Amino acid sequence: MSAIPVSPIAVPWHLPSRGRVAMLSLITGESAIFTIFVVAYIYYIGKSLWGPTPQQVLDIPIFNTICLLSSSVTIWLAEREIDRGKMRGFAAWWALTIALGAIFIVGTGIEWHKLIYADGLTIRTNLFGTTFYSLVGLHATHVVVGLIGLSLILLFTLTGHVREEHSERIQVFALYWHFVDAVWVVVFTVVYIVGR
Amino acid sequence: MADQTLPIAGTVDVTPPRRSTAMLLEWLHGWVVTVDHKRLGILYLVYGIFFLLVAGAEAIAIRIQLAWPGMHFLSPELYNEMFTMHGTTMVFLVGMTIIFGFANYLVPLMIGARDMAFPRLNAFSFWMTAFGGLLIYYSFIGGFGLYGMGAAPDVGWWAYAPLTAKAFSPGHATDYWALALIVAGFGTLGTAINVIATTLSMRCRGMTLLRMPLFVWLMLVTSGLTLITITPLTAAQIMLVIDRYLGGHFFDTQAGGSAVVWMHFFWIFGHPEVYVLVMPAFGIASEIIPVFSRKAIFGYPAMVAASVGIAFVSLGVWAHHMFTVGMTSVGNAFFVLSTMLVGIPTGIKIFNWVATIWGGKIRFATPMLFCLGFLFQFLIAGLTGIMLSVAPWNWQLHNSYFVIAHFHYVLVGAIVFNVFAGIYYWYPKVTGRMLSETLGKWHFWLFFIGFHVTFDTMHFVGFLGMPRSIYTYEPDRGWNHLNFIISMGGMIQAIAVLIFAWNLVHSYLKGKKAGNDPWDAWTLEWAVPSPPPVYNFAADPVVHSRRPLWDLKHPEDPDWKYEA
Repeated sequence: MSAIPVSPIAVPWHLPSRGRVAMLSLITGESAIFTIFVVAYIYYIGKSLWGPTPQQVLDIPIFNTICLLSSSVTIWLAEREIDRGKMRGFAAWWALTIALGAIFIVGTGIEWHKLIYADGLTIRTNLFGTTFYSLVGLHATHVVVGLIGLSLILLFTLTGHVREEHSERIQVFALYWHFVDAVWVVVFTVVYIVGR
Repeated sequence: MADQTLPIAGTVDVTPPRRSTAMLLEWLHGWVVTVDHKRLGILYLVYGIFFLLVAGAEAIAIRIQLAWPGMHFLSPELYNEMFTMHGTTMVFLVGMTIIFGFANYLVPLMIGARDMAFPRLNAFSFWMTAFGGLLIYYSFIGGFGLYGMGAAPDVGWWAYAPLTAKAFSPGHATDYWALALIVAGFGTLGTAINVIATTLSMRCRGMTLLRMPLFVWLMLVTSGLTLITITPLTAAQIMLVIDRYLGGHFFDTQAGGSAVVWMHFFWIFGHPEVYVLVMPAFGIASEIIPVFSRKAIFGYPAMVAASVGIAFVSLGVWAHHMFTVGMTSVGNAFFVLSTMLVGIPTGIKIFNWVATIWGGKIRFATPMLFCLGFLFQFLIAGLTGIMLSVAPWNWQLHNSYFVIAHFHYVLVGAIVFNVFAGIYYWYPKVTGRMLSETLGKWHFWLFFIGFHVTFDTMHFVGFLGMPRSIYTYEPDRGWNHLNFIISMGGMIQAIAVLIFAWNLVHSYLKGKKAGNDPWDAWTLEWAVPSPPPVYNFAADPVVHSRRPLWDLKHPEDPDWKYEA
């Protein structure tokens, strides 16, 4: 074994967390998918050849939006609790996050039910229907995936499998939820404000 | 140098390997359930080389059809399927899998890591990609369902709307195209995330970002670009599936949709994809050229900056594929200039490689020969690229064989040449045996001659006005001899590739033993035995410069004294 030359500078060795890096990479990729759908939505605003139009049928989902955006606050509070080792507080805030996300998805369901059965707007009705259900549906799919993840973590918390040392993993997952909420800000602006 | 071993202290385990008594089924099971980055890398590469042969056979079928005017070697329908599947296979099942095969095998070894950051995600990604490949090839028997003849996708690898609409593409062939690529796309996304997390979070002590081998740097940049490149295609294909299955109107011009939007979305993916494929090839050249010139790479920081620059600029050039569609003069000017801008960072790279060779003690082994071929051809590919970036020139030659010649100069002349170089260079590490140099030289020269006969001639037939994707042509166009020459060049390349395939098999069984470090190289993968043990490094290595093995071999004159 030959001697390893010792570098004159001894540097401390810190590497970023792989979970965080991976989640941020995933979010970058997902952002590109959403960008394409948002661009398509914006480009096709007002290009439908027949109705119904967004002005006629869309109501602004203010309550839903408040619920989803506040779930970002509750999940942040949950992150803080687990960081301090308070598992009961963590479970409580985490459950509240799930409840708020569930309210959002139920609200979307009610909205779609009204659009389909009262207004006769489906994905094949016109260009507005195609772009609306695709973009909002893509976001709703992400909410559903997030809710499944959140619920699994709650289940593992209640059975005692999630402990204080898992704080970082929880924060990595929470990044995804924050992303889903942030995307809603864009979707909301584009669909219900610019497009309406 | 073959028998010389220069282990980093503690990296080589002296325990004799356990005698394997596994049965065939057990052996197969081991490969299916593996999460080892080296085995997955080999799987990726074997998969890619297999489809290279398949898509190569498709190209030969195309060239036989076009060798003489009025040929009926293929039916018109089958001809369309052949060029669609050739393009789709080469980009998604050959290019992407081979570059990620190299990344999987080499990145952890080069940065002194035990494995990728997420081994199970790695296996998942590979099998997703593999499933995508099987799915798209299953269309040959399943494209029209059980009741009709099979049909592969026949809409071109760009799949322009409205040809992909249900009315013009009945049956399921186009669905196979979209769904298979969505599935393979998720695999690609998974691996890209994995490579980024590995390079940023798994580096061994002392391996700062600016000490990483250039191959690792290029894979990091490529993976970052993949994240925002593959995903728009996935999004556009989801839209296509919505149109075809749910009656959506994204690309339905009769309901206000737009076919041009598909073109934009496709090329927002399609152009950066070229850089996704070529940058790992740059990485391979940046490892091989210094070792065979016996000099450290010239202008390392400039190489890194140029790579990031190429990735950045490549995101803003896509509409140069659409000059003939008609854009505003401002739009035309923007995409002309942004495309020309790519020439600056690529030019920096070419000068750096040439400066690395300059004054070096050059060894003309097979890997180096392929890299030299790459340098020459990539320069020409870049020059025809600049020609095509000029909008008025493009209006004349768009969709002609000149374009085909240009992008095959990049895809074959640059990427495939470097992939071959990489395989000749790292095969000893992967298998423990050298590839035959004699067969390698035959492979190189035949492939080099065949390449130039085919693709140089293609430029001229393009000038003479031959459009791409045509089934056959009239004998009075003046294209007859040139097309025959092109097809003959294709045959020469096919022979060369068969020699290569034979070399891979023959050398695996009978090749010369390689030893740890057959090329007297400088990066960490050469510090471990060939093939490397499952755990890679028995003890975590510590590095002090960009060439850790140079430091070990020359303790009196280590690199870290000179690196800032």
